Order: sequence, then C-alpha cells, then structure tokens
Amino acid sequence: MPRLLASFVAGLVFGIGLLLAGMANPAKVLGFLDLAGAWDPSLALVMAGAVAVGSVAFALAKRRRVSLLGAPMQLPTARQVDRRLVVGSLVFGIGWGLAGFCPGPALVALGEGAGQAAVFVLAMLAGMGLHAWRERMQGTALAAPVPQDA
Amino acid sequence: MSIDWAHFTPASALAGGVLIGVAVALFVLLTGRIAGISGVLGGLLQPSRGDVGWRVAFVAGLMLSPWLYRLLAPLPPLVIEAGTGRLVLAGLLVGVGTRYAGGCTSGHGVCGVSRLSPRSLVATAAFMAAGFATVFVVRHLVAG
Repeated sequence: MPRLLASFVAGLVFGIGLLLAGMANPAKVLGFLDLAGAWDPSLALVMAGAVAVGSVAFALAKRRRVSLLGAPMQLPTARQVDRRLVVGSLVFGIGWGLAGFCPGPALVALGEGAGQAAVFVLAMLAGMGLHAWRERMQGTALAAPVPQDA
Repeated sequence: MSIDWAHFTPASALAGGVLIGVAVALFVLLTGRIAGISGVLGGLLQPSRGDVGWRVAFVAGLMLSPWLYRLLAPLPPLVIEAGTGRLVLAGLLVGVGTRYAGGCTSGHGVCGVSRLSPRSLVATAAFMAAGFATVFVVRHLVAG
C-alpha cells in the first residue's frame, strides 16, 4: 500500500511539474523543436532542472540495494547501444515533432479532458500494443526482449 | 534562429523541471523504479502478476494532476495544433518508437541522462534530432 501511494504521488508531482513547466502544452513543445522559427528554449531549462535533481537522486539510489520502502532497487543495467535503440528513438522523435506530444504530457492533457489528447493516447496505446504483439510473436523464436530502460 | 522572448518562460520552466526531478527522485528512492512513462504505460499492455497496481497508480496520478493544479492556480493554455489524422500517425509512431527504444523523454531524457547512461544519451540525442528535423520539415518545407 505505501508503494502504491508513492507511485500515485510521484505521478501527481510529475504531472504538476509538466503543467507548471508548460510542457503539457504541445504548442510550447513545438516552439522548442522549431529551431528555424521563433525558438522557445524553455524545454531545455525543464530538462536542466529535472536532471539536476535526478542526478542527486540516482547517485543515492545506486548506493542502495533496496528502496526506502523495502522494494528491490531496479536500475537498468543494459549498456549496449544497438539499432533498436537508435531506430526506435528516431521513430519516436518523428511522432513527437508531428504533434508535440510525448507520453507523459499526453496523459496529463487527457486528464484535462482534451478530446484530441484522447485520439493521440489511443493511437499511442495501439502502437505500444503493436510492439507488444510483435515481441510475443518473436519471443517464441530467438529474439531477446528489448532492454527496457524505463 | 531567433529566440521567442514572448513565449520563453525560464522561471516556470526551471521550477517545473525541478518538480519533475523531485517526482523522479521520490519514485526511485521509495519504489526502486525508473519513472519512464512509456515503460510504465507499455507494461500495462504486457501485464504480469503483481506488476499492475503501481503502474495504474502512477498513471492515475499523472492524469489527476490537472485537478490538483487547478486548485492552486489556473491551468496553463493547452493548444493542440495537429488535426485528427496527424494525431493518429504521431501517436502510433510515439507508441511503437518509445517501446522499441525502451524509453521516452522521461525514461531516457530525464532518468537516463541523470544516470549518464550511454544508451539514454544516444536515445535522447536521436529523438531530439528527429523532433527538430520533423518540425523543420512540417513548418518550413511543407507548410512554407
């Protein structure tokens, strides 16, 4: 139960951070991605703020074997930069640039009740489902599962 | 390149970023997990026993955040320029791409970069580059 509550609060704080940063708004994200137009550098500062706190947190987390609530510390161990990582990230980046949505902001915008966000989220879930289906098909053959960093 | 000073919001961007960092910190230190939203969500489509509740709780927190925000301050603008067709295509690409790459802006961009993971540094450079290129094509080649 405390872990469920911790997950809920982490999601809540994450969403509030996105809203405060303006990143739940695709127009603002596209303003950052539009280098050749009138460029809004805000997203770079969002990353800087998040990584500054995150670096401290992960430095502490790396020294622990269990979390403060007693769960095993599950930090990714994969180090191999492979084709799937690069191709997947490029595909993701194209989708991100088309609409200005990535997964977190889309869920927050859906929570705001935006119908267009629902369209995006349904399509995103379909894409994730497609990946899950492909993995299941290949899982019985030889392919190793995609290393999950997150 | 010209900086859009009218829309640049350094203080709220930095403060929002710090809050995102706090969320990531709380999550890893309390539950031992990476706050990567594509992974949290994608895992719900490949469910295994005892691995569903925390995912639902995290997603519920994200989706309910606008309600809490609204109690403290007016919600910021939400402008979705893309039409339905483009939203569907974008969603499919984001869904497939993030799962194939094992992470998105949160898992690779925030958590992975914080850990200085070589995979995440490469992933972040790749999706940023693709995002810049896509917006350039859409706004300055196709629309222009």
